[in-house]
Amino acid sequence: MRGPRLLNGHVVLSADDIRRAIRRIAHEIVERNRGLEGLVLVGMRTRGVPLAQRLAAAIQEFEGAAVPVGTLDIGLYRDDIASLELRPHIQPTELPGDIDGKRVVLVDDVLYTGRSIRAALDALTDFGRPASIQLAVLVDRGHRELPIRPDYVGKNIPTSLHEEVEVCLEEADGRDEVRLVRGEGER
Amino acid sequence: MSRERLSPEPASGGPVAPAIETKPRAGWTRSHLLDLDDFTPGEMETVMETAGAMKEVLGREVPRVPALRGKTIITLFYEASTRTRASFELAGKALGADVINVAAGGSSVEKGESLIDTVRTLQAVGADVLIMRHPSSGAPYLVTRHVECSVINAGDGWHAHPTQALLDVYTMRAHLGELRGRRVVIVGDIAHSRVARSNIWGLAAAGAEVVLCAPPTLLPAGMRPGEPGPEEPLALPRVEVETNIERAIAGADVVMALRLQKERMQSGLLPSIREYATLYQVTEQRLALARPGALVMHPGPMNEGVEISPAVARSLQSVVDEQVANGVAVRMAVLYLMARGKLS
Repeated sequence: MRGPRLLNGHVVLSADDIRRAIRRIAHEIVERNRGLEGLVLVGMRTRGVPLAQRLAAAIQEFEGAAVPVGTLDIGLYRDDIASLELRPHIQPTELPGDIDGKRVVLVDDVLYTGRSIRAALDALTDFGRPASIQLAVLVDRGHRELPIRPDYVGKNIPTSLHEEVEVCLEEADGRDEVRLVRGEGER
Repeated sequence: MSRERLSPEPASGGPVAPAIETKPRAGWTRSHLLDLDDFTPGEMETVMETAGAMKEVLGREVPRVPALRGKTIITLFYEASTRTRASFELAGKALGADVINVAAGGSSVEKGESLIDTVRTLQAVGADVLIMRHPSSGAPYLVTRHVECSVINAGDGWHAHPTQALLDVYTMRAHLGELRGRRVVIVGDIAHSRVARSNIWGLAAAGAEVVLCAPPTLLPAGMRPGEPGPEEPLALPRVEVETNIERAIAGADVVMALRLQKERMQSGLLPSIREYATLYQVTEQRLALARPGALVMHPGPMNEGVEISPAVARSLQSVVDEQVANGVAVRMAVLYLMARGKLS
């Protein structure tokens, strides 16, 4: 099923593009927050996790200091579990210590309707009261259903509802690539 | 919501091994949990993994998530219970559901309302999930033919107690990791134990080797040594049966003692409690025959000095309290998966 669909897809971000986008976002995060004080990166499962780790590694490289990285699973906070595929895959949330008063940067691969982000905000606020929550995404594909906007974007990709954005990351998929694929049009 | 798909697995021998788990998991299509006799290893994996995530929720300062907000869970117990009922109630509340407890005593059951009328009423008041315990084996199966809501068996007669077995498997895995090839000895009144029956199935799905140990009178028909096999093959997976406790415990990774019920004495299956304790009690001396650090388990409530010695019950090897705590996480996992299955 995947084979023929991949033939339709075209690459919108190559491995080099992804590497550059991550470096740029890393710089933007440090610049906007004026340093690393109180900064925490939180990757949303599944592919937000390696992205958060790469951002932290990039920041470590040019700032010489480590930024704590956490992992967030939003499965128990979704308002759309009925429409999810039959893969109830819930894993633990692991945050690096207390997030009270911290500046949390949520990291996800694709921003679409905004519903995952809403769930992530609910989940995060169950763990404490951060000073601020910012949002970094590799791809913003539009079609928001909630008043949510990203603070850091790797690439804006205008899409139609019939298309799907396929993100492959080395840690999960063995290679870095973002493709735009024609889907069945269901939402 | 991102719409990315999993990309195909990298070719074998490819340059990079995936560092994070993305392999597709077995789905969950079950709308009732009545026994583990048809449980697949994939379903076992799904429950265990989900329970691990629930354990994290229970460790939070405010152990509550909104996953089942707006859902109504009703417990219907026709038999006494402390830990199972409390554990289901806590599990439902931690997931944000409304939980209502109905005990047969004090309900219209006392006025002679039948089981089917009672469950139909509970469905009519809005139950999404019905958790029931009943003294008759098979009662929950009958109920599923009369209601639309999900039914979870919290113990039916001598037949099954699936969530107890799931929490036992979870507790074993938390200490031992993969259970394939592990030797799990269940000692006690196997014949009348729904905990033993469900554990046999659950442990089979988890890949463990099960040894049953009991006096011949407390083994299920067809399993007694020297007895001709039953005409119908036993509806249980292959297990080892051993009437000598020392031989059974030798090399065990887990020793699970079962509660000896007083009524077994009246029915003449045992000469005396003292004799049972002498021959089958899990003692320190006998436990020393197991693997070093073997786990000691008991579904509770314990008769200390009968099936288990007080020293063993309180030893560092005993994970009895952990079983109770894990029960909440495992029941959260089951409730979440069931309520989800019903939605989809």
